[in-house]
Amino acid sequence: MWRDALLVAGKDLRIELRSRVALWQVVPFAVLVLVLFAFALGPGRSTLRTAAPGLYWLAVLFSTVLATQRSFAIESGEGTRDGLRLAGIDPAGVFLGKAAAVAVQLVVIQVVLGAGIVVLFDVRFGAIWLALVASLLATLGLAAAGVLYGALSAGLRVRETLLPLLVLPIVAPVLIAGSRAWSAAISGAVASGASWLKILGPFAAVYLAVGVALYGPLQETA
Amino acid sequence: MASAVHLRSAVALAGRFPALSGVDLTVAPGEVVAVLGPNGAGKTSLLRACAGLLPVTSGEALVLGCDLRSDRTAVRRRVGLLGHDASLYEELTAAENVRFAVRAAGMPVARVDPALERLGLVGRLRRTPAGRLSAGQRRRAALAVLVARAPELWLLDEPHAGLDASARTLLDGLVREVAGAGAAVLLSSHEPALALPLADRVVSMAGGRVAGDERKPVLAAVEGQPDVA
Repeated sequence: MWRDALLVAGKDLRIELRSRVALWQVVPFAVLVLVLFAFALGPGRSTLRTAAPGLYWLAVLFSTVLATQRSFAIESGEGTRDGLRLAGIDPAGVFLGKAAAVAVQLVVIQVVLGAGIVVLFDVRFGAIWLALVASLLATLGLAAAGVLYGALSAGLRVRETLLPLLVLPIVAPVLIAGSRAWSAAISGAVASGASWLKILGPFAAVYLAVGVALYGPLQETA
Repeated sequence: MASAVHLRSAVALAGRFPALSGVDLTVAPGEVVAVLGPNGAGKTSLLRACAGLLPVTSGEALVLGCDLRSDRTAVRRRVGLLGHDASLYEELTAAENVRFAVRAAGMPVARVDPALERLGLVGRLRRTPAGRLSAGQRRRAALAVLVARAPELWLLDEPHAGLDASARTLLDGLVREVAGAGAAVLLSSHEPALALPLADRVVSMAGGRVAGDERKPVLAAVEGQPDVA
């Protein structure tokens, strides 16, 4: 399973490096979301600083939808979908590989967005490790949930419009817990921030476990 | 010797609709069987069912000794399907596509170069992203995947489509070679003139069933027709 996961992740990331969709489309989109929200909120520094964690995680959530759509667009043709099923790869390995590739892209997006809120919103972290741990757990959860629901909608003609409707409500806990953990990381309130990790950790664990168990049947029905 | 394909009253579904409605077919190892029939006759569905891509819901269905109804995963590892769409990743080169398939099958990557060379994908062609190859070159790259994986059952859906004369000769030689080595080949075609010289047997399909199953010598009359449909 792990060998297959590495193979699939390597393939997806190589394709992404060649097409540069994440770099030239998803990253600018995420930054644009951040900037437009800042315009909407006005120039007040304190307002922007207060809203920064929520805006950051909203941009990450929207980017998750795009990265997931792209991950399944790679195998949107009947030939490549069949090819993957005939390749003899463990479906759990396909799930973990695709989730890993999406997670790597989300990390890149978050680095850019993180720099964005520091520069544009004048945010400073009191406990940066808390923000990093929250981001790591949230990234795992978002990638796992995104790929799971991506597989669910992959074979449907309406997949592009259906995926955001499926994914965004499901990942609402990540938006809430991620935003609160980041607010705590900015203010330095470690104790209250750490309690939100108790939501992000299990969320990631549950979606990774469900994905490993269900990806095979989902792949068959897609 | 056990059959490579053994179907008895096999019914397969495409979505909610029956794509095969009680197919009887046996293919022996080393045998080349041409599947002919009009559009919608069930040729592609037959090949996809044998590859474990369409669920067989009733009847007997054994491929390479594995039951299609309960062990499709084992079947998929041992068959190779050349479908209408070449199963290639457009951003990856021909060599990278073959390497991915070989590594996924747990085979040594040393099989990649000979397979590409066998299909004439050398030099610049092996380094070109599949999306920039011509239709015929993509078909050859998809065949190179099969050559590298060396399946025991080759399922070729309209394999001559999009190939020029030299590539068709290459394909015909390949089919004879793998059959000679003991692999079974099931190939569908709209062009009997291309399929018949390769086939040991010809199966005609209509309405999701096998309508005729004859050894090639008695089919001489069919060869002149533009479409057996």
